[in-house]
Amino acid sequence: MSEPARSADALPAMGPEARYFEALREGRFTVQRCDACARTIFPPRILCPACMSEDLSVIEPTGLGEVYSTTTVRRPADKGGDYNVAIITLAEGVQMMSCVKGIAPASVRIGMRVRAEVVDGRVEFTPEGSAS
Amino acid sequence: MTMQEMRGRVAVAGVGIAGLDATGHTELEILGLAAKRAVADAGLTLQDIDGICTASVSSAMWVMPVVEYLGLRPSFQDSTMMGGSSFVAHILPAMHALLSGQCKAVLVCYGSTQRSSTLNRAEIGRYRRVLDPQPFETPYEPLNPLSSYALVAARHMHEFGTTREQLAEVAVAARAWAALNPEALKREPMSLADVLDARMVSDPLTVRDCCLVTDGAGAFVLTRSERARDLAQPPVHVLGAGAAVWHRQVSMMPGFTTTAASDSGARAYAMAGLGPEEVDVVALYDAFTINTILFLEDLGFCAKGEGGAFVEGGAIAPGGRLAVNTNGGGLSAYHPGMYGIFTVIEAVRQLRGGCGARQIEGAQIALAHGNGGTLSSQATAIFGTEAAL
Repeated sequence: MSEPARSADALPAMGPEARYFEALREGRFTVQRCDACARTIFPPRILCPACMSEDLSVIEPTGLGEVYSTTTVRRPADKGGDYNVAIITLAEGVQMMSCVKGIAPASVRIGMRVRAEVVDGRVEFTPEGSAS
Repeated sequence: MTMQEMRGRVAVAGVGIAGLDATGHTELEILGLAAKRAVADAGLTLQDIDGICTASVSSAMWVMPVVEYLGLRPSFQDSTMMGGSSFVAHILPAMHALLSGQCKAVLVCYGSTQRSSTLNRAEIGRYRRVLDPQPFETPYEPLNPLSSYALVAARHMHEFGTTREQLAEVAVAARAWAALNPEALKREPMSLADVLDARMVSDPLTVRDCCLVTDGAGAFVLTRSERARDLAQPPVHVLGAGAAVWHRQVSMMPGFTTTAASDSGARAYAMAGLGPEEVDVVALYDAFTINTILFLEDLGFCAKGEGGAFVEGGAIAPGGRLAVNTNGGGLSAYHPGMYGIFTVIEAVRQLRGGCGARQIEGAQIALAHGNGGTLSSQATAIFGTEAAL
């Protein structure tokens, strides 16, 4: 009977997902970059899906992106009214679900340039150039 | 045995549907009725079943209650759950099990009381967020699965000029087929305007671009083809089958306008040694109108981006250029949560003949295609009559 290989199994107190949401709670939007193959990674992972490297740096993206697709979810006014759900391609090349605020939900267009901000612990986007 | 050597060696020997209105009944109860009908259709009994494939939306260990309920002792079981495509995806592992001698008769079965269940759907949604979290999408409250398909539809419209009218054509064609199917639950006439003017839910999809929410159970029995020839029905042979999973969350879909059906279809065609031009009847998982357009493209019935134009002018309706979803599909016939198993049942029924007013005369080859999640998993099966072997 061998002793359990504790040192090999020792994991940091927080994994990549917990660290991502902690940063968000602190108002910072982060993505990962693979130190081995330079690929940008989102959502956060424990290893690079392209090269399996565990050496992933947490970086703050430029926050610039483009609307890849958009939908207006129809909701009765008394329950908060219509809202936008969008797919955003970040300048770093990764894609995410989010929403575009600051304009009417139905005015969001594919191809629109947008900028990220962290609001109440989630990443939202506003049209680039608009006052926010 | 290579994939090509498996072609035509296993057949669907029986099919069954039950409980399209399951009021007062459990999922196991209507599943049991569908199973009995499929087994009896084949000229077998449940005692002949020694292989089982099943999946459930809510139960993660569903094969156990199903085996217990039906009194089976299977030597092969597959309860792989990849959403609505699961039952089409079960075909290939079942073929391996039948051809290796692991078992002799596989029952593929499913039942859902989605419509009549007294379970509170909002409550189920809350449980699902805990048990199957999607923390990178849930904060934005997509009305899933609908909003995911809406996002894909919006992108298809942007890239290819696909129109809402073309989406509506899909719903209208499905309804016209449903009118010819006594089993279909929505049979009253529906026009393009009825779809276009319907309540918008998640742009660009209206409530009429969405499948029905119904109860229902479906089942089919697979045996080796040589055995199926001695059973009660003309065998419907599996010529090809393939599956593909690319992602879970729609935001991780690599390019919104091509689905994993392009892989599952290519695998099924390669095994069958034929192409889309040889298919007489097509049964596609039409959870939303955009699905039919995407799958017609990805399965090679038209070029990428031309699906909208392809369905125009009633081209997939009765009398059109391609017979698609002749039962009325999930849009107008029935859609109990995971519709995939019903694509197989309709393909088999068409190849046997006897579909009445909706029968495609002389049909020899049919394609059934299942979809799961938010366009996340895809499974394709190609069937043929004895003459197609």
